[in-house]
Amino acid sequence: MLTRRVIPCLDVRDGRVVKGVRFQGLRDAGDPVEQAARYEAQGADELVILDVSATDEGRATAIRTVEAVRAVLGIPLTVGGGVREVEDARRLLEAGADKVSTNTAAVRRPALLAELAERFGRQCVVLALDAAARLEGGGWEVVVRAGKERTGQDALAWAVEATTLGAGEILLTSWDRDGTGLGYDLPLTSAIAQAVTVPVIASGGAASAAHLAAALHAGADAVLAATIFHDGHTTVGAVKDALAALGLELRR
Amino acid sequence: MRVLVVSTGAANLASVLAGLRRAGAEPGLVSGADALLQAERLVLPGVGAFGAAATSLHAAGLWSALLERLEAGRPTLGICLGLQLWAQGSEESPGVAGLGVLPGLAKRLPDGVRVPQLGWNWVEPGRNCQLLQPGYASYANSYALREAPEGWAAAWTTHGEPFIAAVERGAQLACQFHPELSGPWGQALLTRWLGAR
Repeated sequence: MLTRRVIPCLDVRDGRVVKGVRFQGLRDAGDPVEQAARYEAQGADELVILDVSATDEGRATAIRTVEAVRAVLGIPLTVGGGVREVEDARRLLEAGADKVSTNTAAVRRPALLAELAERFGRQCVVLALDAAARLEGGGWEVVVRAGKERTGQDALAWAVEATTLGAGEILLTSWDRDGTGLGYDLPLTSAIAQAVTVPVIASGGAASAAHLAAALHAGADAVLAATIFHDGHTTVGAVKDALAALGLELRR
Repeated sequence: MRVLVVSTGAANLASVLAGLRRAGAEPGLVSGADALLQAERLVLPGVGAFGAAATSLHAAGLWSALLERLEAGRPTLGICLGLQLWAQGSEESPGVAGLGVLPGLAKRLPDGVRVPQLGWNWVEPGRNCQLLQPGYASYANSYALREAPEGWAAAWTTHGEPFIAAVERGAQLACQFHPELSGPWGQALLTRWLGAR
């Protein structure tokens, strides 16, 4: 049986791991290579690196970070940040990524997903979908540019369109919950998981194993978290033990 | 240990090379048909579409050398699409012939489960497997073989329905999963394959 995945996320800027609240206020949290190796040893099922650099120089540094992480990492690696063209994805894959994620660029130009799938296969293409509850009227809308812009576009309709075009997985982040520690947006997670047939990774708001379990019970195939692991309060292994005790199927 | 890896232009090549290095090999890239035939050990990785990969191997002049090598029983490892290319074809690319070393077609994973299958699933080796052992392996596939090939030892995994996780015969091994991404279990398998005769 296919197991549920626990995925630590490293937000990397200029070669260092950082973590912010609601995508802002970044603070330094360590060396990506050292953290990647530690998470694999703890039992992480996969690793996500999001390059949050704002400059070309920062992007070049991110490529070197991916190469250095790949040399030590024996589990799947997804890398996102700045993927606007097939060529950007090729550089990341060549450096050692197994999957690439794209976010704002795909919203602006959905054909990018088809181009990536055509070249590298769907299993390689992750749509990073940032969603927020609509200010009025219910439902969720897509947000882009690290939460700075509300698009008005329906999150569920975009998820379906993106998977039709070429996305083989959805990394779903709740903009309302990210960095708050209030737990994942469960109605959003459940709605997206039911709307698509590709795997869905829940992200944004996790502060405890109970939060991870709730997202998996809501229909997520995998859960992504950053802060709870970075702060050293708990380990991936301890979280997986807690999830297994709740009856969830995990690799251990 | 000299190992050559076939580059089809769209594989997670860096991961495969890093995995082989961690398993103690010194991997290089295949430069042509002669190198492919003479390599002590050969790895055929692959992600992306069946038809595109077959076309790329033909265009590089590697197809018949690959077939010759497999038919001669020379040490070869196929990974993911690299396994499916050993079969007769794939539902993914109707009309495109595979190498035909394994019988049957790669078929799409069933409705009712998440496709692509992304993540870790259990590998159960048949009794006559030498290299393959039970454990969790990392998958990224939408298609898989469903029939046990005669003359090969097979391991199985279930995602909706049972499918071929891997086949082996002597030093020839083909895995639907990614050993290079399957942690210590996968690295141990690579090490055993590097030592297999």
